[in-house]
Amino acid sequence: MTQISRDDVLHLAQLSKLELADSEIDGLQIDISNILGYVEQLSKLDTTGVEPTYQVTGLGNVWRDDTVINYGISREDLLARSPKVVNFQIEVPKVL
Amino acid sequence: MTISEILTKIKDTSARAVVENSLKLAKDNQDYHALLSLTEGRALKRADEVDSGKISGKLAGVPFVVKDNFLAFGAPTTAASKILENFDAPLQATAVEKLEAEGAICIGKANLDAFAHGGSTENSAYGPTSNAYDKTRVAGGSSGGSAVVTALGVVPFALGSDTGGSIRQPASFNGVVGVKTSYGAVSRYGVVAMASSTDVIGSFATNVSDAEMITDIISGRDKNDMTTLPDFFTVQENVKPNQKIGLVKDFMTDDVDPEVRGAVNKYVEKLKLAGHTVEEVSLPMAEYALAIYYIIVPAELCSNLARYDGVRYGRRAEGVTTLSELYGKTRDLGFVTENKRRIMIGSYVLSSGYFDAYYQQAQKARTLLINEFNKLFETYDILIGPTAPTPAFKLGENTSDPIKMYLNDIMTVPTSLAGLPAISVPAGTNQAGLPIGVQLMGPMKSDASIFALAKSMENK
Repeated sequence: MTQISRDDVLHLAQLSKLELADSEIDGLQIDISNILGYVEQLSKLDTTGVEPTYQVTGLGNVWRDDTVINYGISREDLLARSPKVVNFQIEVPKVL
Repeated sequence: MTISEILTKIKDTSARAVVENSLKLAKDNQDYHALLSLTEGRALKRADEVDSGKISGKLAGVPFVVKDNFLAFGAPTTAASKILENFDAPLQATAVEKLEAEGAICIGKANLDAFAHGGSTENSAYGPTSNAYDKTRVAGGSSGGSAVVTALGVVPFALGSDTGGSIRQPASFNGVVGVKTSYGAVSRYGVVAMASSTDVIGSFATNVSDAEMITDIISGRDKNDMTTLPDFFTVQENVKPNQKIGLVKDFMTDDVDPEVRGAVNKYVEKLKLAGHTVEEVSLPMAEYALAIYYIIVPAELCSNLARYDGVRYGRRAEGVTTLSELYGKTRDLGFVTENKRRIMIGSYVLSSGYFDAYYQQAQKARTLLINEFNKLFETYDILIGPTAPTPAFKLGENTSDPIKMYLNDIMTVPTSLAGLPAISVPAGTNQAGLPIGVQLMGPMKSDASIFALAKSMENK
């Protein structure tokens, strides 16, 4: 059965862009190990030659004309929802 | 009350009186914590517009509630999370718009497990909702609040979303009708996404006809949701006689509460009395459905929840110096532990080196499950079984063990993975007075014939 180490938890958190509280790490380590242990039962199934199902309605790519659709929302409306806007641009801290 | 009773009351009094009464009931029942907010101002304004004739339609003046993962005007859309605590929707979900176009009036937004991650509404960042029949028990989830307000009679119907049982299981726990539509039947535009390949929109109501009417109104192709199917739903007036119905024996094992099995068997007897044939059938892949679900759904939701980063909308962590820190701290503050757990499982199963063993294998196993359903539907019109293995459990009973919590969805996830329509209908109570639900499941796009059968069995 898959054992997830504390370092694995921290690595997964980093991949997921999540900072974890110290108090959460131990619990997540146990839960994630148990959940992965549970889902591993699928390895018993013989799926040789079986096609995967990514979606259920047989939908292919849906195309539309490359024109702007009016959704009835203005740029100002959307920008107003950002926590920090300067001169019609969203401000974030430095990347590096 | 039913929708037609409400419509009569509006005629006899006014839409304002009915909406005011609904708001009062919502406030009187605050201790259930079923609603996160009321949209009082907007609701009363619309009620007056109904009374003045400015708003009309099939549901003119009829109050309803939406799960708080639907974008709707009049109150914030929080998804029961802290990250969207003050999020003011710039638009409304198509389902809400369609109901409003028929004159319906949204009076509030219902509690849920944060981002719909859960089966009890205990994962709400704002605290759990209590069961309508026993305040020490869970509402079920994730659409717990919507089920409870319907059961308490605050509103005649409510909207929810169902990714793996989130409408059907709380409906069964609270003794109301809960509908999971065929995948693609109802637009998801304006609803907070969880798992894109299984998320569907549906309704709660006190009787089958009302749920059918709501489905009729909200379903249909939407140019804003490219996954919606061409219109196919039309109300079926008459039930097809002499149906062949399969009782899924994999859902009727000794592990399932005996009183739940008893309620299903009683319903089966009534089906037989009505002239239908019921035979035991086997769905061996059902045993694997939960494992498939807990690979595919975390994989999809970890992508869908990547958008909550504190940049464009929602709450943003303070006192950070880099962008990476901003993401990490914002998401730590904004998500509950179950959100994090699922996001991290998703990241794991999609990681290089594990992708084939987990994600690909799950999608192949899903094909095997769908093949089994297809085979059964060559012979049977509809399948039947319990909605959940037990009636509502105690608050706190399953919160320390995620797998125990997940196992509650074992009878609802198979149809979700296959995209099939299913409804939970009330089938009496156990000795302690807790409601039990029976689940009817049909082939793709058979929503109307499931309603027709359920309607014909109501009050029998």
